[in-house]
Order: sequence, then structure tokens, then C-alpha cells
Amino acid sequence: MSLQATTSQTVGPFFKIGFDWLNRDNLVGEGVSGERVTIQGRIFDGDGVPVPDAILEIWQANAHGKYDHPEDTQDKPLEPGFKGYGRVPVTAQGVFRLATIKPGPVPGPNGKEQAPHLVISVFMRGVLRRLVTRIYFPDEPRNAADFILNLVEPSRRSTLIAKKTAGAPGTLEWNVVLQGPDETVFFDLGL
Amino acid sequence: MKRVAAYRAPYPGTQPNHLHPPYVSSIKRAPTKPQVPIPYTLSEVTGPSFKPEIVAPKANDLTLGHHGEPLGERIIVSGRVLDENSRPLANTIVEIWQANAAGRYRHEVDQHNAPLDPNFTGSGQAVTDAEGRYRFVTIRPGEYPWRNHYNAWRAAHIHFSLFGPAFATRLVTQMYFPGDPLMPFDPIFNCTADEKARNRLISAFDWETTMPEHALGYKFDLILRGREATPMED
Repeated sequence: MSLQATTSQTVGPFFKIGFDWLNRDNLVGEGVSGERVTIQGRIFDGDGVPVPDAILEIWQANAHGKYDHPEDTQDKPLEPGFKGYGRVPVTAQGVFRLATIKPGPVPGPNGKEQAPHLVISVFMRGVLRRLVTRIYFPDEPRNAADFILNLVEPSRRSTLIAKKTAGAPGTLEWNVVLQGPDETVFFDLGL
Repeated sequence: MKRVAAYRAPYPGTQPNHLHPPYVSSIKRAPTKPQVPIPYTLSEVTGPSFKPEIVAPKANDLTLGHHGEPLGERIIVSGRVLDENSRPLANTIVEIWQANAAGRYRHEVDQHNAPLDPNFTGSGQAVTDAEGRYRFVTIRPGEYPWRNHYNAWRAAHIHFSLFGPAFATRLVTQMYFPGDPLMPFDPIFNCTADEKARNRLISAFDWETTMPEHALGYKFDLILRGREATPMED
């Protein structure tokens, strides 16, 4: 007899009370290798208004394409200063900002490498179960053959790729659009 | 290269849809386009892990850490964290947050005209033991009004957040109390179609964990997603 996973419920408007202790908006510790990037953006609701009460969680590999997790058995180095976990609330003005490194490629389905990416959970009041999405990187040749990106209709792939910021090298912009023609692609992992 | 074993899909109706119009906040925030199904990759079957020491030794007792005792009815909330294959999940962080006994959150956005309690913050953490057990000491949260509809009140609840072993197992939910008359009228409690799944969010009063002359015990088990069959070689 198997059990059924507990039903998800919204984080509601007051999650800060429970989540703040484990916030991480800078994933880069001492001695970490890789290209530094700052990813910033906003989350827009169905009226195009920035959401002031959302929180993102980030999970990513290090610059070698290695996850700090027992199930990653690749023969690649871990770095003590890089765990790959982030938790970033948006500010009252609706902005989030994350300092990290561009991860290396990790294995994908059919043994092919995936393009460098971050996996993202989005939580907020009004969202009954988390939204799952990804952040890919601009000017990345591996994007064209990425297995997951290729499951997305071409016109919507750009919602998953961060954009360069003019005049600010190393700063990328990536927004979450909850509804409408530019709606961000969210993935169905079953939950 | 090994193919990664997927996590099991939820049984139909046991998880909420993104849009649940009676919960008004979902109307402008629920995605309108279908979600794109993807296979599990290394990115989703791995996930953040934390050393148990990250949780302070008494972080599971929400009645401590202030000058005095919080007002309200002291309770003990405990249970197990298992996966769908009934395996206990050890060393998993459990985060909770809640309103005080008067139904007020210590949060700048909460303007409910009920008193804050200087001796209650409403935030706790625990780590599951080898059998997947966790335990919190807290006070019973009050019900509170909200502006979802005319005369709307939230049933009393405690928010729970768990990571589990992978990105795929992340769960945020809410625990309710048996016999709360507000549950049938609470659109958040009712956002899940399957009645049995919904009712599993209700804790059970428990004599065994009730401490004489101290606090009532409530049991609440949490089930995180389980794995499909073991990976096959490609």
C-alpha cells in the first residue's frame, strides 16, 4: 500500500516569518570558480503589476556542472564554497536580485548535455502549488540543442533565457510573467 | 549514463489546480497556459541539502526565546515525514510559521486588529530524526479574518515547508485542527478537489503525545513524493 503525497497549499502573504532564516541571495562563497553573474528581475501578475510578496528558490550546479548532492555521481569536483541553493524574496518594490555563477552543463535525457541552467521554484500568495521554471543564459551555444528548451514551443523559449543588461556586464535580467501573451513557461513535474 | 528514475505523478485531484477562483488571489496569479511536461533530469532529482546543525537546538520550541511565555494554549505538534513508498525521510528540515493565539502574524502586512504578543514570533524549525520524526512545541494559532470575500475567516492553521531529498520533493502546505467549524468555508483549505486528500491536512488530537498538566498533542504526518522504479541503464 503506497501513500499519497500531501496536498500543496499556498505560502500565503506571511511566509517571510518562516522563510527568512534560510534566505540566500549570494550563492558564491570563498574560492568558488566560474563566471560571476547577477540575475535580477521582477514578477508580474495578470494586470502587469509587479508582485511585492513572492519568493524564489534556486537550485543549480557549480561551474564544473556538478551538483552538491549524493545522486550526482559524475566524476567532477565539488567546491566547498558553493552549495547551489538560493532563496530570494522580492522586495516591497517587487524586485529580486541574485548573485551566483554560471553553472557548467549537466547531463540530460538521452545522455546529452543540457545547456547551463538554474532550476527555480516560485512561491507567493495566490499560488496554490509552486511554479517550476528554469533560467538559461544568453549567448550560450548549447541552448540550441538543449533537450528541455526544445520541448517548449519556439516562440516561448525566450521567457526562459535571461537577457544581458546594457552597460552592466555580468548583470542579467530575467522576469516572471504570470499571465498573458508573454507568460513565462512553467514546467509540469507532476507537482 | 543512467537514466534518472522519475518521481511519481500525483493521484488525480489530490493536488490543487493553479486557478481556484474562490481564492481570489489566484485569479491574477495563476498561469493561463498549460504547463510544459518535462522528463526528470539530474537537475530535478538532486536538490539542496543542509547540515542538521543549521537548525538551532531549540528552534522547534516556539514558546522560547522571549522574556516571557506567549499567551494562548500550549500545544505539541509532532509527526513523521515519509515518502509515498512509506520510507521515513531522515534529516529533512521542517519549517513552520503561524499566527499568534489572537490570530495575528508578526508581519508588517498583517493589519488585523488583534494584539501582537511580545513573547511570540511564530517561526520554528526542526530536523527529522532517523525515523522521520519531528516535534514542535508552540501555541494554538487563532483564526483570523481576511479580505477574500465578505466576512471571510481563515480556519486556524500552521504553515509547513519541507525540502525532502530533491528539488522534486519540495512541499509547502498548511496543517489544520480537527473540528474547526471554519474549514468548510475556507477556500484555501478547499482548493484541492479530492476530499480525502484535503482531510489529510487536518491534524489529529493525540493522547500519546499530550503531556499531563502541560500541553495537548496533535499528530500530523507529511508525505513527500516517492520515486518510480529504480533507474535502468540506457
